[in-house]
Formats: sequence, structure tokens, C-alpha cells
Amino acid sequence: MNTDLHIILLAIPLLPLFGAVLAGLFGRQIGRAGAHWITILAVAGSLLLSLYVFKLIVFDAMPAINTSIYTWAVTGGLKFEIGFLIDSLTVVMMTVVTFVSLMVHIYTIGYMHDDPGYQRFFSYIALFTFAMLMLVMSNNFLQLFFGWEAVGLVSYLLIGFWFKKESAIFANLKAFLVNRVGDFGFLLGIAAIVVSFGSLDYAEVFAVAPTAVDQTISVFPGVEWALLTFVCICLFIGAMGKSAQAPLHVWLPDSMEGPTPISALIHAATMVTAGIFMVARMSPLFELSEVALSFVLVIGAITALFMGLIGLVQNDIKRVIAYSTLSQLGYMTVALGASAYSAAIFHLMTHAFFKALLFLGAGSVIIALHHRQDMREMGGLRRVLPITFVTAWLGSLALMGVPLFSGFYSKDIIIEAVHLANRPGAGFAYWCVLLGVVVTAMYSLRLLFLTFHGEPRMEQSVREHAHEPGWVVTVPLILLAIPSVFIGYFSIEPMLFGGFFGDAIHVAAGNDVLAEIGSHFHGPLAMAVHALVTPVFWLVVLGSALAVAIWFWKPQLAVWCRQRFSPLVHVLDRKYWFDEIYQAMFARGSARLGNGLWRYGDIAVIDNLMVNGSATLVGWCAGLLRYLQSGYLYHYAFAMIVGLIMIIFTYIILA
Amino acid sequence: MTAADLMLALPEIFVLGMTCIIMLFGLWLPEERQGMISFVSIMTLVFAAIILLGWDDPDPAAVSFAFNATFVRDQMADVLKLSAFIVLAAILVYARQYLRVFKVAMLEYHVLSLFLLLGVMVLISAASMLTVYLGLELIALPSYALVALRRDDQRSTEAAMKYFVLGSLASGLLLYGLSMIYGVTGTLSLAQVANITAMGNNTVLVLGLIFVVIGIAFKLGVVPFHMWVPDVYHGAPAAVTALIGSLPKLAVFAMAIRLLSDGLGNMQMHWMSMLVVLATLSIVVGNLVAIAQSNLKRMLAYSTIGHMGFMLLGLLTGSDQGFSAAMFYAIVYAIMAAGAFGVMILLSQHGVEAEHLDDYKGLSKRSPWLALMMLMLMFSMAGVPVFAGFFAKWLVIQAVIDAGMIWLAILAVIFSVIGAFYYLRVVKLMYFDAPDKDDAISVPADFRAALTLNGSAQLLLGIFANILIGLCVASF
Amino acid sequence: MLNEYWPILLFLIIAAGMGAALVVIGSVLGPKRPDDEKLSAYECGFEAFEDARMKFDVRYYLVAILFIIFDLEIAFLFPWAVVLEQIGWTGFWAMMVFLGLLVVGFIYEWKKGALEW
Repeated sequence: MNTDLHIILLAIPLLPLFGAVLAGLFGRQIGRAGAHWITILAVAGSLLLSLYVFKLIVFDAMPAINTSIYTWAVTGGLKFEIGFLIDSLTVVMMTVVTFVSLMVHIYTIGYMHDDPGYQRFFSYIALFTFAMLMLVMSNNFLQLFFGWEAVGLVSYLLIGFWFKKESAIFANLKAFLVNRVGDFGFLLGIAAIVVSFGSLDYAEVFAVAPTAVDQTISVFPGVEWALLTFVCICLFIGAMGKSAQAPLHVWLPDSMEGPTPISALIHAATMVTAGIFMVARMSPLFELSEVALSFVLVIGAITALFMGLIGLVQNDIKRVIAYSTLSQLGYMTVALGASAYSAAIFHLMTHAFFKALLFLGAGSVIIALHHRQDMREMGGLRRVLPITFVTAWLGSLALMGVPLFSGFYSKDIIIEAVHLANRPGAGFAYWCVLLGVVVTAMYSLRLLFLTFHGEPRMEQSVREHAHEPGWVVTVPLILLAIPSVFIGYFSIEPMLFGGFFGDAIHVAAGNDVLAEIGSHFHGPLAMAVHALVTPVFWLVVLGSALAVAIWFWKPQLAVWCRQRFSPLVHVLDRKYWFDEIYQAMFARGSARLGNGLWRYGDIAVIDNLMVNGSATLVGWCAGLLRYLQSGYLYHYAFAMIVGLIMIIFTYIILA
Repeated sequence: MTAADLMLALPEIFVLGMTCIIMLFGLWLPEERQGMISFVSIMTLVFAAIILLGWDDPDPAAVSFAFNATFVRDQMADVLKLSAFIVLAAILVYARQYLRVFKVAMLEYHVLSLFLLLGVMVLISAASMLTVYLGLELIALPSYALVALRRDDQRSTEAAMKYFVLGSLASGLLLYGLSMIYGVTGTLSLAQVANITAMGNNTVLVLGLIFVVIGIAFKLGVVPFHMWVPDVYHGAPAAVTALIGSLPKLAVFAMAIRLLSDGLGNMQMHWMSMLVVLATLSIVVGNLVAIAQSNLKRMLAYSTIGHMGFMLLGLLTGSDQGFSAAMFYAIVYAIMAAGAFGVMILLSQHGVEAEHLDDYKGLSKRSPWLALMMLMLMFSMAGVPVFAGFFAKWLVIQAVIDAGMIWLAILAVIFSVIGAFYYLRVVKLMYFDAPDKDDAISVPADFRAALTLNGSAQLLLGIFANILIGLCVASF
Repeated sequence: MLNEYWPILLFLIIAAGMGAALVVIGSVLGPKRPDDEKLSAYECGFEAFEDARMKFDVRYYLVAILFIIFDLEIAFLFPWAVVLEQIGWTGFWAMMVFLGLLVVGFIYEWKKGALEW
């Protein structure tokens, strides 16, 4: 292990941190231009170094690096370390994170142009990049948890970036609380690992895990659970919070209150995929628990279909994309549950590009319309925003899974993998993801039609001022559009069937559905051609046809549908009443519980009896002791002599 | 005496020589050039550190003796001396403006501080009871004079008087104890004392030990030998309080190790139980009384008492783990104390000591930087995780638990929570209260740099705690 | 070992006992008829000029302290001179360093004006 590589690895996360500190603490001194130059250069540096490491691992076939940089503390045989585990899984994540982050940084120059919190914003997103890199590069659970919480923190700060907006504050509080639920599970999982395996290091835990297949853990007295199932489900609950899987998804749509670059960076491309990444990283553990994988599969399937449906009735352009993100995250989760981890990461990668593209495109529309987000007030923007229009179409085609586009490859593989999987829940999941395809096509096209086609519906003054934003906005769109279209075609074969992930992802022998798909795989072009005879393609066509009919060809059909299916629309409009249920059960219930505890527990027992009581006692003792501090020299000398005599008495006379 | 002996003590010799030179040349320095003294003094520390580090030691773990085994140089000594240089350099930077504003004699302050440092160094390296006493007095005498440096100030002279009388009493007790040990063992060398006491001990030896422990307890300021601490800290000029509140703690820690572990290690069962009593009382009294203080100097004085109680916790375990934990505690404490008094020195720039807690109201609005530094120092003192002070407490408590004294650990934890209250009260005053005055705080550039380093050191020593902990562990 | 200290302890006890006994006996048996003359300070048979707790010039102390330093130095020099043969050059230079330090202190006090009356 040479030290040069150590320095490079350290520099990758530390550069953005450095940028964040400079822009955050010295924002006033370095000015707006200084802030964006420093953070952009730092992230660009990270990207270049990540690409270099990518080359080393992928093209030069260097073995995976597992190294500890610094031992923070050692206690009771447990080591707390900072270390890096760099393998093919990590380098993919590093490259995606830094690339999307860089695009978002550049784009932000245009988007946040008039915002007074300009430097603060750059500081946050650079800090986010640091935290995310720490998370993906980690080789132990402690650092993973650190990164996990740090991205959560930055997400919280960024959702509430406009902290004077009440809805933003509400949204960031909600995101924070919902993530706490997930993190609780995550922490329990890590704790169970520490207790059972006595180590925080991935490699050590993975090495001993297979011996623990038959172990049980008794969380409540008398109830025995399979240890690994418990651990995996706990960890996955963490992933559910971070990757917004039902029923912990409620925060993600609300997080759209934050600035759009954030929606692209954090809530579409990177942070929300942390859960997916984590499960893939933990594949050696998950593979040992069939029950946990089934759980993952079912949760993912539910999210994939039902969240997509909500997207059909949303009117806020960003919320549509947010629900689409939920649905796509569901697809990734399904892939995890089907043991097709590589497919999940593959979809994660392609999704990062086209979803970031869509968000930034939506942002471009929002800037052009002076921060109006309601699609009912849009329409006909294709002439005003040609670049945004074209790139949004490309992104949407990728999202829908039209053959040859990147999304096609990743999504088709997932559906195929679920089809082949044979664990409990796979049948249900298969139907969910198939129907999801129709829904995806429908909401994607609906968004395009409502925004870019048809007659302009916005106010006259707004339309006259609408124009394409500057190059800082359009260049990232174009740069993101390229991989959105092509990356699937070029990377499917090496990434999924070329043994790319090697030892980074572990799949048990009987579960390897991808290998089975691989045996029928004859190149990306053949796959696209073959798609014409699969149900998936025709479902895309069906969805598209419905969308064209309802929102493009005959807009009055949309109104008719709403009336005809009003109960269903109502259910979707209310988002299955998740918010109301949580509000009633948890928010109000805990408010009541909190109130009760506050009144009787806090004020009566703790405040009056214990705090004030002990404070009075302490104050009284302190006063008494202070009295001894008379200021007279002879009192002091006397105290010393008394102390001396007492010690002598104790040790000489009594002994 | 050989050249090797002199080489071993070269840092001490250098400091002594430079102090004499500063004293002589400072006499002829005109009033307006007095700032030179501060600069030269700090340079002296820098070069002393270079000499200390530059000493070509074939084996870092080795213990070298000099001057007929009255002087010892080992890793503990080097680390502690280096810490002392750093702490003193910071304090001298803090003090410069203060001395000018308060018209305190610049030359005398620096010369006395350097003599005090020399005493600290000698005590740290003491290998014989004679050197112990020499070092101790070399610390004590400049301290008395320093406290009285504002000789027109009634509080200052009163404090010096008390310090002198009580200090002499304690020195006398210690000397009495040392003479009893000498009487029994017939040797001054601590190594030989250890050899002889290994054959068994008698009542006189225990009596001697008691007096020695009391001497140490007085110098550390632990209950019930703490009465001088609040009055002296309060009465002394802030720049002097910073000195006597930080540097001597390092030396007295070393003295405790030399006397109790190196010399009287065989009587551990005796001194352990004495230290348990002293440590418990200190932690309880120090933390409780600090709450009732409205004066920051007095509050910090009681907090010192509490902190020294914590340090004793590490010492009393008698294990290498405990010693290294106590050493870490002493070093971290010295740095914290220097910084906290540094803030006080800075705020006292109008000829009035800024020692009342109300002076810190709304500090974050008057100077966010200063408030942030004070915040870090207070957090560290309170033992908030990640800050160095947390690790110091944690290591000590872990050592106590490993020694099987669970109840002591529980007590320590409870009182560190109680203690956190008054540190956080300062933070609350700084950040949540409206300022009484709104005059700007002017900060010299070197002061700003030193305090920034000092404050962030609390964080860095916490995050990279392993480096210093490693040094401390390697010392035993 | 402790036995050797026994006579000293005995001596201390007797001395303390004698002293205490004499004071107690005197105050118990002696007649007490105080008047102004008797209560006034005794000054070699003269009438008292002023309060016995009179103020000194602080410089007396300064001179006294400075004197003590050099007095002790001399006291230190005698034994050194006697054994100079045995302790050789090391001893010689050690004393020179010691004297040098004293000289530095002397220069300091001179320059500070402590010797001016």
C-alpha cells in the first residue's frame, strides 16, 4: 500500500470539506465568486481523483483497497477507526457522487444567482459531497454511520435552506423526524452487529457472519429471532428512512421545499441512494437471510408501484419528479430484494444521471417562470426553452425505459431479475414492477405534455419574460443528458455480466439471478431488439398511448377521467392518507404523550422535585462550603492542619 | 559531572542562561522598547523546545540520569516540558497587552515566569528528594512574587501574603515528610528509596508519606488543602493567574509520579486510599462551590479544584493506564486553563479586570470569534464529547473502572455532569444574553493567532486524541 | 530508630510543661493591680515616646533581605573553601556559576536603585 494512494484517497473527501469550510466560515471575505470557485474547483479535484482511482480499480484491475487511515480510539477491544474500502462498488459511487455534485455546483451559480445565502449554499453542498464520500468510502460501520448522519444533517439544513418559509421549516422537521425513525433501526442494527460480532470493521464482520446463521437473538425476553434476519431488517429500516421507502417515504415529496439543485443532488441522485448502496455493501449479510430479502423485495415493490401512482395526480412539477424518484428507488430496492445487487447499483447510476437531469430541467423551467412550480400554469414552453425541452425529453425517455436509452437497460434487467427470483413475494413484486412501467410512462409524458406542449397557460407578463437561463444552467443539462442516453448501452455488459463487482458484492450460489440473465445476453443491441417481443416494451407503449390520449390528444379526457375515477383520484390525491395517519397517530399521539410527560413528569417530578430540588440542595451545600471560605488566613491554615491531623489519625492511630 | 550530564540538562541550562541575560539587558531597555522582552522570552521558549527535541537520543524509551542520579530525563519529562513551553508561550502572548494596560512591570513578569518555568522543568526531571524540593521552591518563590506584582493593589498583595504563608506551611510539611523518609531510608535518591521500602515499611515511613501527600495536595490545590486557591486566583492579576493556574499543575503531576510512583510505589496501598479521599472531596467540593460563584476567576479556581480531583483519580489507580490518563488530563487541563484565562486577559483591556460573569454577557455579539474560542474551551472543560476534555475525563474514569472502583467512577460522572452546569452557564451568557456594553474588542494579531490555536487545540486534541494519548501511554 | 528521638520528645514535653506551669502559676498566684504606668510599654526606664507598634521605613526590610542573601553566600563559601581540594574543578566551577547568578541579581538590584538610601 503506497502512501501516494493514501494521500489521494484522503484528498477525495477532504477537498470538498476544505471548500465547505472556506465558503462557510469565510464566505464574507472571499465573496460570492470566491465561494463558487473554491467549492467547484474542490469538487472538480475530487472528481478527477475519483476518476483516477476508478481507472486504477476498473481498468488496471488493482485489487480492492482496505486500509485504516487513523485509529480514533480503542476501548474494550473495539476499535474506532477511520478507513477506506475502495473496490468497484465504491468507485462507481464515488464517480457518480462527484460528477453529479460538480454538475449541481455549476448549475447552482445560475439557480441561486440572486439569493442572499449564496455562499452558505455552496458551503452546504460541498459539505454534503464530503459526507457522502465518507459514507461510500468507509470500511467500517462507525464511519458509515457518521456519513449517514452527516448527509442527513446537510439534507435537513438544505431542505430548510429558505428558513423564513414556513413550509420549508415544516418539511425539514418532517424529513428529520422520519429519518430518525429509520436511523433508530439502523443504529439498532449496528449495535446488534457490535454485540454479536464484536467488531465494526466490514471485513471482520463479513468474515464471521456465515458462522452465525443459526444464532438467535432475544430482543424481548422469551422471543427468539434469527440474529442475521434481525440485523438485516434493522439495517434495512435505516435504508428505508434514507432511501424513502414506504412507509417511511413521506418526507421526500415535502423535501422539494428546498432549492432545486438540492432536489437534484440530494433527493434524487445521491443521498437517497445511500440506502441502496448500503444494502449492496452489506450483501454478504443480506444473502444469509432469506426472510430479510423477501422483506426488502416486498417493500420495494409496494413503493415502486404505489408511489408512481401518486405522481399521476400531482400538479407541482417538482413533486411529480419526487414521486417518480420514490418509484425508481422502489425499483432499486426490488432489485436488492431479488439478490440482483449489481442491477440495483446499475439502476442507481443511470437513475442518478437522468433524474438529476430532470430535476435540473425542472429547475430551469422554474427559473424561467420566476419560481412558479404549478404545471397547470405552464404549457407551450418548448419554443421558449428549447434546450431544456430537448434534454427533458431525453431524460424522460430514459426514465420510461424506451429501448436503447440508459433507463431501459437498467429497468429491464431488474424486471427480468424479479421474474426469475423465486423467494416469497417475488410474484407480487413482479406484477408491481410491471404495472409500474405503465405508470412511469404515464406520469413522465404527462409532465412533458403539461409543461412543454399545448397552449401557454401562464400569465401574460410571466410568459413575456420567460427565456432560457444562461450557460451555467444549460451546460450541466447537456452534460447530464449525454450519460442519460448512452451510459446504459455502454456499461450494461461490463457492469452486470463482466464480473465487474467481483468480490465487492456477494451473491449466494442459489440466488444469482443475474448470472442466469447473463447466459441469455447477447449484447446491448440484441437486448433492445429482443425487447420488442417482451411485455415490458408493450407496457411502455400502452402507458405512452394512454398518456398521449389523455394529456396531449384530448385534454378533456383528463377531466373526464378525474370525474369517472374520482374515488381513486381522491385516494391518490390524499397520498393514501399516510400524512393524515402519521399526523393522527404519531404526531398527535406523541404530542399528547409529550404533553403529559411534560406536565407530570417534567414539571412535577423532574423540574420541581429533582432539578430545582437538587439545585436548591446544591446551592445550599455550595453556600455552606462558601461560608468556610472566610478569607482569613488563619482559618485556611487551620483547615490544613485539621486535614493533616485527620489523615494522621486515620492512618497512624487507627491503623 | 560529565559533559553528558550537562547535555542532558541543556534545556534547563539554556533557560537559566537566557533568563539571566533577559534580566540584565531588560534593565537597560527604554520604556517604549519593553515589548522586546516579550519577544525574546518567547524566542527563548522556542529555542528551548528545539534543544529539547534536538537532543539526539539513541533510544526514546530509555531513562537517562545525570548529576549523580538527581536529575532524570525520560519521555514523560520531555512531553511535559514541551507542553510547558507551549503553554507558557501562549500565556506570554496573551499577557503582553495586559501588562502594558495595567502597568505591570514587564521585565519582572517575564523573568519571574521564566524562573517559574525553570522550576517546573527541574521538578519534572527530579530524581532525588533534594531536586524535588529545589524545583518546588523554584516554582513557589516566583509565584509569590508574581501574585504580588500589582503591589499597589490591595487584593493582589493580600493574595500574595496568603499564598506565601500557606505555601511556606505546605513546603514545611513536605520537607518534614521528606526528612522522615530520609531518616528511615538514609538516602535522598528516589530510586534507592524504592529499593529500601521494598523490604517493608514502618510507621515513620507512613507518617512521612502522609506529609508528602499533603505537600502534593497543597500544590495541586485539592480539598481540604485548597483554601488558598480561590483567594489567590482571584487576587492575582489575570495574566499571573493564567500562569499559576496552568504550568505548576504539569510539574506537580510529575512530582506526584516521581514521589509516589517512582519513590514510594511500594506504599501504594497507603497513598491510594489517601488520594481516594482527597480526590472525592475535591470533585465534590470543587464542582459544588463553583456553581455558587458569580466571579469567573473564582469559578475557574473551584473548577481547578475539581479538575485536579479528576487528575488524582488517574493517579490513585497506581496503574500505568491511570498514570497516562492523568498525564493526558494534566496536559489538556494546562492548555484549557491557559486559554480560558487568555480570554479573561483579553477582556480586561480597560484597566479593569473582566472577571465578573456579567462581563461575558452577549460576548458573541461583541466578538463572535472570541465567544467561539471561549465556547470551545468551556465545552472542553465541561467534558463535552469530541473535545479534548471529554477524552481526558473518559480515560481517567476508564482507568478507575479498570481498577475496580466502580463507585468512584459513578461519583466522578455525576459530578462532571453537575460541573457541566457552570461551564455551560458561561456559554449561555455569551450566546443568549444581551450585552451590557457594546464597545468593540481590539485584538492584537499574535493574540488572535495564539488563542485561535489554543481554542481549536481543544477540538483537534479531541479528534486526534490518539496522538497525545499515544505519547502519554508511551511515557509509562 | 524512634528510640533515638525519645530524649528529644522528653525534653520537649518537659520544656512545654515547665513553661506552661510557670505562666499558669504566675497568673494564678500573682496579685493583679494594674495602673497606667504598669500597662505602658517598657522602654529602658524612659517614659514611652509613642506607640510601640511604630512604623519602620520599608527600606530597612529591603536592606535586611539583601543582606541575608550575601550573608548566606558567605556561609556557603566557607565549607566550600575547606573541601575545595576534594571536590576539584567541578566544585570550583559550580561555585563560580552560583556566584555568577548572585552577581546577576546584584546588578539587577543596583540598577533598580535598591541600594540607594
